[in-house]
Amino acid sequence: MLTALAILTDGLVYAAYLFLVAVGLTLIFGVMKILNVTHGSFYAFGAYGAATAVGIYYDRGLPEAGGFLFMVLLAMAIGLVLGFVLERGVLRLVYGKDEVVIVLVTYAVFLMLEDVIVLIWGPRSYGAYQPMVAAGSIEIGDLVLSNYDILLVAIAALVALVSYWALKYTRYGRLLTVVIFNRETAAAFGVNVTVVYTVTFVIGAMLGALGGAVMAPKISVTLGIGVEVIVLAFAVVATGGMGSIEGALIGALIVGICRAAAVHLVPQLELFVIYAVMALVLIFRPYGLFSRAAPRKI
Amino acid sequence: MILSVRDLAKTFGSIVAARDISLDVPAQQTIGIIGANGAGKTTFINMITGHLRPTKGTIRFEDRDITGRPSREITRLGISRSFQVAQVFPSLTVFENMCAAAAVAGGTGGTFAGLLAPLTSPATLKEADATIELFRIAPYRNALASTLPQGVRKLLDIAMAVTGAPRLLLLDEPTSGISVEEKFGVMDVVMSALKSRKLTVLFVEHDMEIVTRFAERVLAFYDGTVIADGPPAAALADPRVQALISGTKPTGAALHA
Amino acid sequence: MLSRAHIAGVLAFAAVAAVAPALPPWFVSLATIAFANALVVLGLIILWRAGLVPFGQALFYAAGAYAVALISRYTSWRDVFLLVAIGAAAAGLLAFLIGFLLARYRDIFFAMLSLALSMILYGILVKTESLGSTDGFNVEPGTFFGYRPRGAALNLALFWLVLALSAVAAFLISLYFRSVAGTLAVPVRDNEIRLEFLGVSVNRLIHLKLVISGILAGVGGALAALAVAHVDPNMSYWTTSGGFVFVTILAGAGSVAAAFVGSLVFELLRSIAVDLVPGTWQIILGSALLLTILFLPEGLGSLFQRLRRAPQQASPEKA
Repeated sequence: MLTALAILTDGLVYAAYLFLVAVGLTLIFGVMKILNVTHGSFYAFGAYGAATAVGIYYDRGLPEAGGFLFMVLLAMAIGLVLGFVLERGVLRLVYGKDEVVIVLVTYAVFLMLEDVIVLIWGPRSYGAYQPMVAAGSIEIGDLVLSNYDILLVAIAALVALVSYWALKYTRYGRLLTVVIFNRETAAAFGVNVTVVYTVTFVIGAMLGALGGAVMAPKISVTLGIGVEVIVLAFAVVATGGMGSIEGALIGALIVGICRAAAVHLVPQLELFVIYAVMALVLIFRPYGLFSRAAPRKI
Repeated sequence: MILSVRDLAKTFGSIVAARDISLDVPAQQTIGIIGANGAGKTTFINMITGHLRPTKGTIRFEDRDITGRPSREITRLGISRSFQVAQVFPSLTVFENMCAAAAVAGGTGGTFAGLLAPLTSPATLKEADATIELFRIAPYRNALASTLPQGVRKLLDIAMAVTGAPRLLLLDEPTSGISVEEKFGVMDVVMSALKSRKLTVLFVEHDMEIVTRFAERVLAFYDGTVIADGPPAAALADPRVQALISGTKPTGAALHA
Repeated sequence: MLSRAHIAGVLAFAAVAAVAPALPPWFVSLATIAFANALVVLGLIILWRAGLVPFGQALFYAAGAYAVALISRYTSWRDVFLLVAIGAAAAGLLAFLIGFLLARYRDIFFAMLSLALSMILYGILVKTESLGSTDGFNVEPGTFFGYRPRGAALNLALFWLVLALSAVAAFLISLYFRSVAGTLAVPVRDNEIRLEFLGVSVNRLIHLKLVISGILAGVGGALAALAVAHVDPNMSYWTTSGGFVFVTILAGAGSVAAAFVGSLVFELLRSIAVDLVPGTWQIILGSALLLTILFLPEGLGSLFQRLRRAPQQASPEKA
């Protein structure tokens, strides 16, 4: 019984993490049809930026609660700048090329940014644990939960809700939906697709950086975190359906809980489970859980 | 009868794309299929060629039941088709397109062994060139398919369909996209080529004059089913066909199809 | 049936083999790895011609490598030819089984599923003690028909082995490119529906290509295991796959030679870059890839293609 509860809570926390890293990726894919490997870099920059922010902030002995906010804001600012520079500078040169070619371009940029990270922050690892420690923990019966983890789940839920609301009820969100559905038609109706692309990519980048920032207190911020995250994000997005935010949410939940179950019950399967779930979903729903059927071609 | 269809129907959810289609086609007949867009002509062709699985009914070809079989099986059995939008290989030249078609004609595309066989046997090359001659597209032999004018593209599409000695050929709007002046010329080339190969031909067409000139029999489609079936003069004189599809000949105030 | 290109290829391989003893050992080692990797790239070229780019070829590479390593560890078999054959067979069998699923996909989903499968293997390798876990394990030196070279002689022997296998692979694949399956690659990329309507089972065609490239990757992995004398789960990690794709893009899908020349050039550049500018070699590599994609999308090999083939246009004569 305790195990079941532990699996549920661990699963939720992991799902929150997965959703935060996957939502930006699926958004960019949905709108621009680009599978953005650089998303891993946004995550990494977010995490490193958060670590730096935390260092700056707590050195000055400012009130603890604000540290989290500062960290998140700085990381998202980094995401904004990075995303903007990349989209205007590199991506616009390859729009219209084959899907796979664009993925390779984002892969090349990702490789380059890995070095840039080392140039800026060096090869050492960083900690940003202060916000997590500051949040404390609560006990529910025999279970001890970190308040920070609860905050994580809350943030993920918030992002999910805001995305859903924004896509459905704001003018910009509806524009995005149209472009996701059919770019050419949207352009024919006067939607400025170029601007939509830039804004979408920047939002995606900020979400990626947010994911990194929010996770920084829980991990050791070091080389290679971008690499790990990118495959995980892909797995979630593929499971849920590329371009679908509900898909990213459901995909994250499924993968999160399965992984938690593995960790508690059969630890050897931990790494295997995530990709096995994805492969299984793809066998039955080749394009993910929430995918659209393709129109007739001939 | 080379082709027999009984009670053929196709529904997509609540949409009835085709219903109650029954007909027999004798060998070497040339049939023109007419009807407005959405009347079910392409659905009919897609079902016969295996691209769509019928919801109901049977299709028999040369006394074999082919209902619901996949398109590549049906192709190997002897039914071939050309497309409304010409389906060619844009990165290859006309000759290479024909070689590709000639190489897999006859069903070698089925086995691992067949796939590993060398491509350009003398027989393949000869067949490719012969078919190019037959359809009079030799001047474009070494041009990339992506650069071809529309009429030549459609001819290439049909030429590829004819490779591999099919006995039944379905042409989906062979002259669509071709200018009015050139339509007859293209159809002349196509029909004499097909006649020389003794093929049974069903072609979809919107131009009633072409239908009258080249078809021995007309099938008129409306709302998913056949509403007239007979020689062109009779079918086109049918009042329902005139009201729903072809309109009357331009004498005085008249409609145009 | 032997064309000029074949003769040139044989001569090139022979020349390199003859010159090998005079080359510095570091270069020989590097070239050994480069050519082992080139076999993986050759497999990728086969798939790329059909419009498919798998992001998980490392799966078969690792399968071949681990097959060799496990045989080496748990049995007394040491003959390199036997080991490589087993590696190839293991990878080939895996590709055959996986092909039933993978051959149904195209484009991004093909790439992603391939990636997922390679990461599944990675997960299994990392977590399994008897397979060496994260550290992997060493591979004992092999024997060549009973002959047991050591040191510099082993280095040379491995290089000649890789050269010989590369030559054989190059020859066989050049024949493959002229077969029905090889030539239909472009039509698959251009217009699958048309091919199906011509009677070809495109899924089966792609399945065949997967098996061939799987075998090639397995041979490459087996050779790498012998050359480096070590295997570890990283051989199945997505960045390893990424490296192979990288070289394929740089080299281009134009010819068999492209795989070998491209791979060698890549390994050289990487060595030099890591040596001279260890902090920025990924920036250099990344830029090289970007520039290639932007300005030479058909890869470096296409430069040679352009010199040979004249451009083709529609003839002005009316039909």
